[in-house]
Amino acid sequence: MSKAVDRFTRTPIAEQDPQVRNHNFDEVCLGYTEEEAMREAQRCLQCKNPLCRPGCPVSIDIPRFIKHIAEGDFEEAAHVLAEYTALPAVCGRVCPQEDQCEKTCILGRKGEPVAIGKLERFAADWAREHGIKLGKTKPSNGHKVAIIGSGPAGITCAGELAKEGYDVTIFEALHEPGGVLVYGIPEFRLPKETVVKPEIENLKRLGVKIETNVIVGKTITVDEMFEEGFEAVFIGSGAGLPKFMGIPGENYNGVFSANEFLTRNNLMKAFREDYATPIKVGKKVAVVGGGNVAMDAARTAKRLGAEVYIVYRRTENELPARVEEVHHAKEEGIIFEMLTTPVEIIGDETGWVKAMKCVRMELGEPDASGRRRPVEIKGSDFTFDVDTVIMALGTSPNPLIASTTDGLETNKYQCIVADDQGRTSREGVFAGGDIVTGAATVILAMGAGKQAAKGIDEYIKSKN
Amino acid sequence: MYKIVRKEILAPNIFSMDILAPRVAASAKPGQFLIVIADEKGERLPLTICDYDKEEGTVQIVVQAMGSSTRKLFEMEAGDYLKDFVGPLGIPSKFVNEDIEELKKRRMLFVAGGVGTAPVYPQVKWLHDRGVEVDVIMGAKNKELVILEDKLKAVAGNLYVCTDDGSYGFHGMVTHYIEELVENQGKEYDECIAIGPMIMMKFVALTTKKLNIPTIVSLNPIMVDGTGMCGACRVSVGGETKFACVHGPEFDGHLVDFDEALKRQAQYKEEEVKKLEAFECKVEEARE
Ligand SMILES: Cc1cc2nc3c(=O)[nH]c(=O)nc-3n(C[C@H](O)[C@H](O)[C@H](O)COP(=O)(O)OP(=O)(O)OC[C@H]3O[C@@H](n4cnc5c(N)ncnc54)[C@H](O)[C@@H]3O)c2cc1C
Ligand SMILES: Cc1cc2nc3c(=O)[nH]c(=O)nc-3n(C[C@H](O)[C@H](O)[C@H](O)COP(=O)(O)OP(=O)(O)OC[C@H]3O[C@@H](n4cnc5c(N)ncnc54)[C@H](O)[C@@H]3O)c2cc1C
Ligand code: SF4
Ligand code: SF4
Ligand code: FES
Repeated sequence: MSKAVDRFTRTPIAEQDPQVRNHNFDEVCLGYTEEEAMREAQRCLQCKNPLCRPGCPVSIDIPRFIKHIAEGDFEEAAHVLAEYTALPAVCGRVCPQEDQCEKTCILGRKGEPVAIGKLERFAADWAREHGIKLGKTKPSNGHKVAIIGSGPAGITCAGELAKEGYDVTIFEALHEPGGVLVYGIPEFRLPKETVVKPEIENLKRLGVKIETNVIVGKTITVDEMFEEGFEAVFIGSGAGLPKFMGIPGENYNGVFSANEFLTRNNLMKAFREDYATPIKVGKKVAVVGGGNVAMDAARTAKRLGAEVYIVYRRTENELPARVEEVHHAKEEGIIFEMLTTPVEIIGDETGWVKAMKCVRMELGEPDASGRRRPVEIKGSDFTFDVDTVIMALGTSPNPLIASTTDGLETNKYQCIVADDQGRTSREGVFAGGDIVTGAATVILAMGAGKQAAKGIDEYIKSKN
Repeated sequence: MYKIVRKEILAPNIFSMDILAPRVAASAKPGQFLIVIADEKGERLPLTICDYDKEEGTVQIVVQAMGSSTRKLFEMEAGDYLKDFVGPLGIPSKFVNEDIEELKKRRMLFVAGGVGTAPVYPQVKWLHDRGVEVDVIMGAKNKELVILEDKLKAVAGNLYVCTDDGSYGFHGMVTHYIEELVENQGKEYDECIAIGPMIMMKFVALTTKKLNIPTIVSLNPIMVDGTGMCGACRVSVGGETKFACVHGPEFDGHLVDFDEALKRQAQYKEEEVKKLEAFECKVEEARE
């Protein structure tokens, strides 16, 4: 190891120039080269008691995979990752690392933490590009398991069970598998053809069958699945229902949920001329909200040619979005309108949005979440001229499956109640991911899918 | 992939297709709809389930070729495959879960407009099969556009046909005929079910409100996923926002804000015109 390695400074990573990328949908971050990855990996102290590891929801053996990268054995690094995660190329890109593994990395105390996420992504991309086959499958045991939903929770649960020899079928409501990874998170953060599709192909290679266009609760019920011979069912149907504010004018033309806007663009590929689905983006767009979804909608609108504002009721310090995404959004020219909340949407005589009536806020006492509660400043209202409003206020679970399955307990947020092995109140029915926790993260959904796979394996073994 | 088993032209630009989709056929009920994607680059196109054959595993759609997506479908033939076909979506018609004896006592009037005749047919047939006779008014622009008349005649109590230009049946709109039946012929109805273009449903609802007949309409707003995920299909019903794909598509016609719904339906007009022009160019090129 040369002394040229500066322990406390991160190896820079190449990104598309902000003024170029805000006109295209190609990936923003270009990833490390082999040399850069090795250099960054060599910064890791290989701690005996790694502080980074407890920060990772699936407890990846971080120093071990990084060590292999430092030594130039990228294939082995990928094998280590595969022991813990089914989607390293995805998590390396979208995990909120700064709040998880990298937050607790010891180097972060004096300088910059190791770029764990970027290294994870590097190893996963390298393995895929070099055609490395990861994960071994046990011989078939003939037991049938049904998985509902093909988001990170469903994908992980299916993959784990297939490796154990189960005969797994995924039922997906949409025409394309992947859940939020395909319909929500945009191409420029998570490329579909090169990163998401291969993960799905990998599942099929493990023998998992995927039936798209099946809406459980409509096309078929959970009970009918048992009748078809499935011995256990895993529900990973996510939290897909959009919230609106309930303010006047929300149904004017030009007001969209972030889900609609992103689905048109990502899943239906409306940004491409040759696809049939239309998308509307005006000249001046306000995105209401401050999470990853808001950033994604704003950056998508920018790429479609609009002037874009993020309107959020707290300050920048409270933005729930990942720091990296906020930073990228700013670089791309998104304007942040903080401590502001809309109270009414104003339309013209043809039914289209022409402005938003907003009020300014200030931060008061902390609320239940520990964040300071925004309070309206009396008499601060003003009109903000916009022609498009995108609501990115969060999502909640779709009640469809719970309402068509007898004996499935839900809580007041419509979430299905499940224990840490995914067991629900109904025998043989397991659940995990956003449908249980409410909107959370990819890595937590994956973790839940993995735990549930163990639960299902134990359950089926105990019965046979 | 979903095979087109049969295709039939019912009137100029109106056609039916039977699609092989056993899972959808097995669970379909009157009042529900489905979503079709014709090919790789197609959009998600909502269409009413017009009939289904559980044994054959087929589902029937009846489509009016209007814009680029419905025209593309029109170009497809029996033996071709649709890329995606998902359903059934939405809540079945209310009467499906009601007591048959009660239904037999109820005097029901169905009002069908244009291609809306297609979804009316399975509902009337469902009722007829259970011994419930209902009256049906169907309206079309002209004689050529009258569809499914024989099929409907076989299952309806009374069938009344109206054309806007008077080329067949009663000369006038369906709303005029509702008034004719109630005000001049002394008919009484306990319930009206209207399915057709949004503008027709608006005027039927206004008419039946005046005549005090509770009315159900089947809304067809712009949709994307059809599962409650996007909110594109939101409509105001009795001052509340509803998602037509999951809370509907059938609603109390006297509570629907039709003016808003009509404006929302035209939201992508500019883009639709562009896509249609592009589609026509492509068809031209292919012909040359
Ligand atoms: C725009 C956006 C950006 C995000 N950015 C990040 C990020 O940067 N980092 C991060 O960690 N997380 C992010 N998240 C959150 C993350 O994507 C989710 O927490 C995660 O995808 C949840 O996984 P899941 O498997 O539980 O559900 P989902 O990914 O929601 O998948 C559920 C699947 O089930 C299907 N389904 C639903 N109902 C049925 C039914 N009845 N029958 C059959 N199938 C059904 C759905 O169509 C869907 O495909 C983001 C979310 C969004 C929307
Ligand atoms: C629940 C539901 C059930 C439906 N059932 C049927 C059916 O059984 N048969 C059938 O032919 N059509 C039905 N429709 C309407 C059908 O989906 C639209 O005609 C279709 O989306 C138009 O697509 P296009 O690309 O061909 O035309 P576009 O170019 O998108 O539109 C052409 C014209 O149709 C209007 N239009 C667009 N979307 C709709 C819509 N959703 N409803 C009415 N008009 C629209 C446009 O304003 C425009 O004037 C239904 C719609 C819904 C929501
Ligand atoms: S999965 Fe996420 S939290 Fe875990 S090591 Fe990778 S980037 Fe960090
Ligand atoms: S805490 Fe940081 S330095 Fe220590 S092992 Fe983890 S990544 Fe390496
Ligand atoms: S069509 Fe998307 S919510 Fe109804």
